Amino acid sequence: MTTPLVSIQDLTVQFNGARRASALNQVSLELGQGEVLGLLGESGSGKSVTLRTLLRLHPERHTRTAGRIRVDGQDVLALRGRELDRYRGGTVSMVFQEPGLAFDPVYTIGQQISEAVRVHEGVDQATAAARALAMLERVQIPQARRRFDAYPHELSGGMRQRAMIALALACKPKLLLADEPTTALDATVQIQILLLLRELQRETGMSVIFVTHDIGAAVEVADRIAVMYAGRIVEQGPVGQLVRQPCHPYTRGLLAATVGHEHRGRPLEAIPGSPPDLAALPPGCSFAPRCSQASERCHRDIPPLEQQGARTLACWHPVRLLGEAA
Amino acid sequence: MNAALAPTPAPHDMGGPAQPLLIVRDLKKHFPVRSSPLDRERKFVHAVDGVNFSVPKGKTLGIVGESGCGKSTTARLVARLMPADAGELIFDGEGVEEFRGLRLKEFRRNLQMVFQDSFASLNPRLTIAETIAYGPRVHGIARADHQARELLDRVGLDPSHFAGRYPHELSGGQRQRVNIARALAFDPRLVILDEAVAALDKSVQAQVLNLLQELKAERQLTYLFISHDLHVVHYLSDYVMVMYLGQVIESGPVERIYGHPAHPYTRALLSAVPSMDPEHRTQASPLAGDPPNPINPPSGCRFRDRCPHAHAVCASATPALRDMGRHSEHLAACHLNDPASGHPEAHQEQRP
Repeated sequence: MTTPLVSIQDLTVQFNGARRASALNQVSLELGQGEVLGLLGESGSGKSVTLRTLLRLHPERHTRTAGRIRVDGQDVLALRGRELDRYRGGTVSMVFQEPGLAFDPVYTIGQQISEAVRVHEGVDQATAAARALAMLERVQIPQARRRFDAYPHELSGGMRQRAMIALALACKPKLLLADEPTTALDATVQIQILLLLRELQRETGMSVIFVTHDIGAAVEVADRIAVMYAGRIVEQGPVGQLVRQPCHPYTRGLLAATVGHEHRGRPLEAIPGSPPDLAALPPGCSFAPRCSQASERCHRDIPPLEQQGARTLACWHPVRLLGEAA
Repeated sequence: MNAALAPTPAPHDMGGPAQPLLIVRDLKKHFPVRSSPLDRERKFVHAVDGVNFSVPKGKTLGIVGESGCGKSTTARLVARLMPADAGELIFDGEGVEEFRGLRLKEFRRNLQMVFQDSFASLNPRLTIAETIAYGPRVHGIARADHQARELLDRVGLDPSHFAGRYPHELSGGQRQRVNIARALAFDPRLVILDEAVAALDKSVQAQVLNLLQELKAERQLTYLFISHDLHVVHYLSDYVMVMYLGQVIESGPVERIYGHPAHPYTRALLSAVPSMDPEHRTQASPLAGDPPNPINPPSGCRFRDRCPHAHAVCASATPALRDMGRHSEHLAACHLNDPASGHPEAHQEQRP
């Protein structure tokens, strides 16, 4: 890998509203060209905030952002005006969890996709419409010509998510951000969307950051997984290694708590307690209050992120050492 | 599993251990669709269309299916949260709301429900101890407050810490524990869990599943567990019922359904679960498209336009729920399992 497409360094995001919440704490990430990263974590772990910060979607009045984000050679946090408009949708675009809310209900699917093409590429109406139709066919929407003139509410959930993907990819972005794109869908439709994303990624060679709380979905699409907890990345590594040999007690707990057929008739190994309040994070490792391995040091000092080969880990007492796992 | 403890029959056990706790017969609910006055015929959503099942005492029946298949409507009809268009409920041998049968008030005391949205199902103006004691107090039970604190303790929330808190001060997992405690306040015999763990994070979901298993063994509860998560249903249930567009298409003991599914839809549903092995990723999607519109369900077998084995006979004749030979508890509604149905592939399908 030469220069990475995305490089995030020490990203810290704080929301200052009625109370102050630290959503991201010193997050560092790199993503190569054509790589698919799965960002795994529970609600409040900061995975969606990471994506939204990458697109600069948070209102600046209430958000304090520190750190550096570079995408395709651009300093994202310094973008202004037209440059930011071009960046959003042109270089990076996003697929949201609720396609029903992300589309404008008063325009047809076709109008919305061709508008994006016209704005970004300055082509005429007919060319844009042809591109939009081709995109709808590309995401395997049956009878694409008819769906082109359909309003969002006329499509089923799976169709709407396909249309959302068509919209996101219409301007050939280099990076696709997918924020739990399959969570609201049924299992039979979820697998169709996962397969579609995988296929489109292979065809276009774009990079993807795929946010999910479902390990199964992450394993289906990602090359590499980063596990987040309370606004920090606690462990990172290639999918196979991470799933087979988790090093962080949280990753191990998450895998053990995922119900499988082998668990029938036995109590599940649950992680006790619940995730910490982001307004009042513990001073040391934020997982320490729930961790069975925690020592005094864990409650006092934040473990640094150490790297070995393709894997990184932030833990004072890992389940297994990074060296053993690789 | 937990039945090894051979529960002593509770004093209120009327029908004896062999009598199923709940029998549902031919349950139907059609919702009218608002249409313009120019439309000639009124349209209906066939939400639940002739559902039959029974839940044995002390067991868990899991209901699975895609969204819109009628699982939640079935639960609401059983709990009598809305009136059914047709069908009867028999609770421990007694007809509900029938002449000389069980009165609705009695029935409701024996049945409680836990919903998916833990926040929406709690009164934001009551502390959680008040919420739990509210129902029993209305029914004139004396030590309601004391009992509420005991229940809080049982579901893992320290009463001295939590009793005076309001729902917005709790996390999702804690709120769902409160909902479970409230459901237990009447000492019910049947608990309906409608996607009760779906909104919880994985680590918290495991805690709540463990709690549900413990409570079931302790109090000899019977669960009706509704979920779209096939792993969770497999973990918790003794029997499984698969629904598609308002009808039951397969039902039976959990090992049979997961080990030898007899309906093509059940097979597709089971193989749509993401694999946990990055070396063996899913290569092809088992089903194309979304579930069809429940306003105009297809004729004959409702699954036929998504089914890889569909044939002319599937459009003309509706397959009935038939038992699978030796396994009299395993029922499936598919022409493939009936050599007399006239389906050309029917004979190839061997019976396990």
